[in-house]
Amino acid sequence: MKRGLHPVVMILLVAAAALFGRLLPTWTLSLATIAASNALIALGIVVLARTGNVSFGQGLFYAAGGYGVALIANAWGITDALAQMLIGAVCAGLLGLVIGPLLARYTGIFFGMLTLALSMVLYGALVKTTALGGSDGFNIGRPTLFGMVFTDTREADFMLYAVSVVTTGLAGVAATILFRSELGLASLAVRENNLRVEYLGISSNRVITINFAIAAVFAGASGAFALMAQRHIDPQFAYWTTSGEFVFVAVLAGYQSVAAVFVASIALELVRSFSNLYLPNTWQLVLGVFLLGVILFLPRGIGSLWIRQRRKRIERASGPTVTIQNEAAQ
Amino acid sequence: MTPLLSVRGLEKRFGAVIAADALTLDIAAGQKVSLIGANGAGKTTFVNMVTGYLKPDSGSVALDGVDIGKRSPRNVAQLGISRSFQIPQLFIELTAAENLSVAVSGARTHGLSFHSPAEGQGRREKVLELLERFGLGDLADRPISELAGGVRKLIDIAMALVRRPKLLLLDEPTSGVSAEEKFVTMDRVIHAVAPDAATLVFVEHDMEIVSRYADRVLAFYQGRILADGDPSEVLKDSEVRRYVTGGAR
Repeated sequence: MKRGLHPVVMILLVAAAALFGRLLPTWTLSLATIAASNALIALGIVVLARTGNVSFGQGLFYAAGGYGVALIANAWGITDALAQMLIGAVCAGLLGLVIGPLLARYTGIFFGMLTLALSMVLYGALVKTTALGGSDGFNIGRPTLFGMVFTDTREADFMLYAVSVVTTGLAGVAATILFRSELGLASLAVRENNLRVEYLGISSNRVITINFAIAAVFAGASGAFALMAQRHIDPQFAYWTTSGEFVFVAVLAGYQSVAAVFVASIALELVRSFSNLYLPNTWQLVLGVFLLGVILFLPRGIGSLWIRQRRKRIERASGPTVTIQNEAAQ
Repeated sequence: MTPLLSVRGLEKRFGAVIAADALTLDIAAGQKVSLIGANGAGKTTFVNMVTGYLKPDSGSVALDGVDIGKRSPRNVAQLGISRSFQIPQLFIELTAAENLSVAVSGARTHGLSFHSPAEGQGRREKVLELLERFGLGDLADRPISELAGGVRKLIDIAMALVRRPKLLLLDEPTSGVSAEEKFVTMDRVIHAVAPDAATLVFVEHDMEIVSRYADRVLAFYQGRILADGDPSEVLKDSEVRRYVTGGAR
């Protein structure tokens, strides 16, 4: 059954979104860059959540990507934004491949708490490592693109906006293809009944590890973008509240739709920016109420809005079939 | 000739309870074997040990001469033994077609694809053909959560059949099915599995089903095999009547 947009249409939408940045006011460019970067890491959490496991410590890979880029960029003088993004993704991805098989044996709250513990171990190590700037961190230079140096602030912001939007958009296209693939469907099966998955000849640990590594790659690239936007890195990248923000976006989005991750990330940034502007001391309260509202009225996230509609359309199209006796799920 | 399944001295204890007591048996290819016995007699423990879910305390299980006693359910499935469950083990939020599609992915010899659509055209046809065989083609796009228990049971069996297993184990295929529908359901199962699974072992409590569909019966009692043979003989055995069937038939 064919569902959703064709990948080529999605790529055109990504290109349009990148060019749209030319029309945006300068102050929104950095906001959109952060939203795209957060969407990328939250997308990874959603990829992993489809196996039934939520990472509360994605800051581990966010920091691994950021620090990896910062150290390599400073040591070898690599300033290209694309190269830095790739370095971040590779550093975090390699770490994910090492940790993934160990964590894949755990599920539910144990999995979540282990990821959180590992991210806090890295945080503690970074704070104590004076060679990496300790709790103050350190700075890196302004990024370039294909040898072009951007001295104008707006042009530099637009370049970073375009690279982050295109990268996140292409990651979204890849995730959409993944969700529709054999691995994507097997991930949902692992989420529901990993024993049956094993009886069907599929390794549920392998499925979780692959999804975990993909989430790590996305987090590493996201960490690289955050580094490029701030031109500074510190241990806060690995702190649990940083990870919590990404989980916030993932919960807001739900696990059924890639587009929902982007909508949730933009919604979070808008709510945060405007509540910070008008309610400077209570913006966290506004954010909390916003999340409560989503959990109460859309427990499966923003994505369930259109997934539910699509399912209804499919059921209407297939027409009445046979009378089915409803009963509670066993 | 090597039997398809060869079990030697299989033992399993859960504390003081003896679930398998030196079980020794062979099952030849092409047989339809029914396992009967009261609750706790050791039938499901036997199925769980053969499929790798439980590891025996001692003894051996071999499929086509290959020892499978210490292997995982995944390895055992890959070697050619599939099973269905007394309570269907399905992916409740997925549709019937998606459930079978996961089974098709598991049956492939190479790893899961990151990009091939799980419901691509060729695969969709294969899944629909299998559902049609069980008379469930119309329900392909219904989520499992909306389907009745009897339908779920058939989908559970269809998933086990996707691998075209050498040996198919069915745990109470007609439990939860009404008395009027049990023969229809079993006819449908036997007809549907015939092209893909020549050797069938099914756990059953209904002696009418056993006598009609099995060509060999193993009667379990306290982890031992009380009787083994043709259904007409085993079901008349005095010990079987006393300890297993309670005088039924």
